Amino acid sequence: MKEINAIFTIALRDFTKLLRDRTRILASFIFPIIFIGVLGGSLQANLSSDVGYNFLDFVFIGVLGQTLFQSTAAGLISLIEDRENDFSQEIFVSPISRYTIIVGKIIGETLVALTQTLGIIVFGIIIGVPFGLSNMISLFPAALAAAFLGGSFGVLVLANLGAQRSANQIFPFLIFPQFFLAGVFNPIKTLPPVLHQISRMVPMTYAVDLFRSIYYYGTPEYDKVVLFDPLFDLLIIGVMSTIFIVIGTYLFVRNERNK
Amino acid sequence: MPKNNIIEVRNLVKKYKKSKINAVDDISFEVKEGEFFALLGPNGAGKTTTISVLTTTLAKTSGIVNIAGFDLDQNPSQVRESIGVIFQNPSLDKNLTAEENIRFHAILYGLYPFRPTFGLMPKAYKNKVDELAKLLGLEKEIFKPIKTYSGGMKRKLEIVRSLIHKPKIIFLDEPTSGLDPISRKSLWEYLMKVREEEKTTLFLTTHYLEEAEKADRVSIINNGKIVKIGTPSKIKQDLTREILIVDSKKRNALRDELLKNKIKFVENKHFDIDLKNKNAQKIIQSIKVPLSYLRTHTPTLEEAYLEIIRKETNGNEGN
Repeated sequence: MKEINAIFTIALRDFTKLLRDRTRILASFIFPIIFIGVLGGSLQANLSSDVGYNFLDFVFIGVLGQTLFQSTAAGLISLIEDRENDFSQEIFVSPISRYTIIVGKIIGETLVALTQTLGIIVFGIIIGVPFGLSNMISLFPAALAAAFLGGSFGVLVLANLGAQRSANQIFPFLIFPQFFLAGVFNPIKTLPPVLHQISRMVPMTYAVDLFRSIYYYGTPEYDKVVLFDPLFDLLIIGVMSTIFIVIGTYLFVRNERNK
Repeated sequence: MPKNNIIEVRNLVKKYKKSKINAVDDISFEVKEGEFFALLGPNGAGKTTTISVLTTTLAKTSGIVNIAGFDLDQNPSQVRESIGVIFQNPSLDKNLTAEENIRFHAILYGLYPFRPTFGLMPKAYKNKVDELAKLLGLEKEIFKPIKTYSGGMKRKLEIVRSLIHKPKIIFLDEPTSGLDPISRKSLWEYLMKVREEEKTTLFLTTHYLEEAEKADRVSIINNGKIVKIGTPSKIKQDLTREILIVDSKKRNALRDELLKNKIKFVENKHFDIDLKNKNAQKIIQSIKVPLSYLRTHTPTLEEAYLEIIRKETNGNEGN
């Protein structure tokens, strides 16, 4: 029970910090809006008739999965920031499990990512993406799964980075290639063999595909857009998250103490 | 382990990964329950390293550490429950209010269940916050972000926070560094009051001699080794030896005479004679060469401390 209370406390702290940082809230909307509005809009106007489905919708759903994954991953890196302004010492001397700290952090950053996603959904609806309450409900489990996968990916990155500065420099290199390999804006149904292999190995692929497989379920576009069955995506996300969290936490704690 | 030792450290060694030398080099000591123990040393002596190992945030290289009856390696969680830590760098979350910082700590230590807002917290917690706010003189500010607090206030808040889970030992890592003299004084008054009321064991690191003098026992650490350990007055006695300083226009004759009379001396600017177990009058009577300079000198504790640190440092460089 004590550990559960601690998880909630750590999570609430991250969420409280987001609510008090208005610049961060605004900044988090800018990229998704550019991606959906500019990329989605232009691709829709030029390519849509060839691929046989609406590109704006395609990009919008992809960006939802990508934002949840990326925002949570980036949020986990803030454990390094804590370490640098020394708040993490307070967390690390407290008598709670190291896994509690990581899980609390992931849940907190999931809440942060969900808040940001809400803004993107509002923008999508304004520009005419068919997205209703039923979609929101059916995609909610996918949102949690995508955020959890992103969070555990963040832990693994965190465990291998020394300082906030190197984290900020290296993180984009680990995230941006995944945008394209996961097919956030580009169809990846058919790819050259090597790209195909890599694309099926990066974690973001499954977060994005889970979103699309649920959103397009039972529609004529399903076969053209979706890679895997939603349950298969969920299974891969579960396996990847578990591996990332276990190895990541182990390495993080070891690196923290073994200086 | 004797029952009243609350901290036991045996042959503790810490060598950082990227370093060739041991930051803490085979130190052993114990602290009794209720004792105020100070680790005194210059910057880089190994104080923070020692405290980081003792508070479980840094893994040691070798040695045995036992805190409040728990082995550091086998029961880190129980060790963490038994201690409160004031870090060298402030460890408050600047984005949160003082009350939120306290709440965060209280829930992490399992004192109260989690509730999302202050209003929903149990009555006992609210009363506790009221009490702490009064104690700190922060009745109005307790719900304000701590960004607005002064350095001294933040330190006090950290101490108050570290006390709410009633730790058996409080570790303070240079708690007054960066504070102005007035905040420092008031912080010490507060700490002494806490100690009297809670009977908590205090483990302090400092590079201020006058802070170490308040302790029951002091351990002087330099280059990762314990150089001296004992009560402040005992250390004072050991370190501050009276010396007799003499000189003569005929320096060679004076030197020969001192050697002939088997009086040990050190030739600095003048001739320094250690007066330990000796009588100054007898020494002077034994000198026939006319003296041009004569006085006795008792070094201050600070001079003695600097001297011991200097000697140690030079000695180690020689190795």
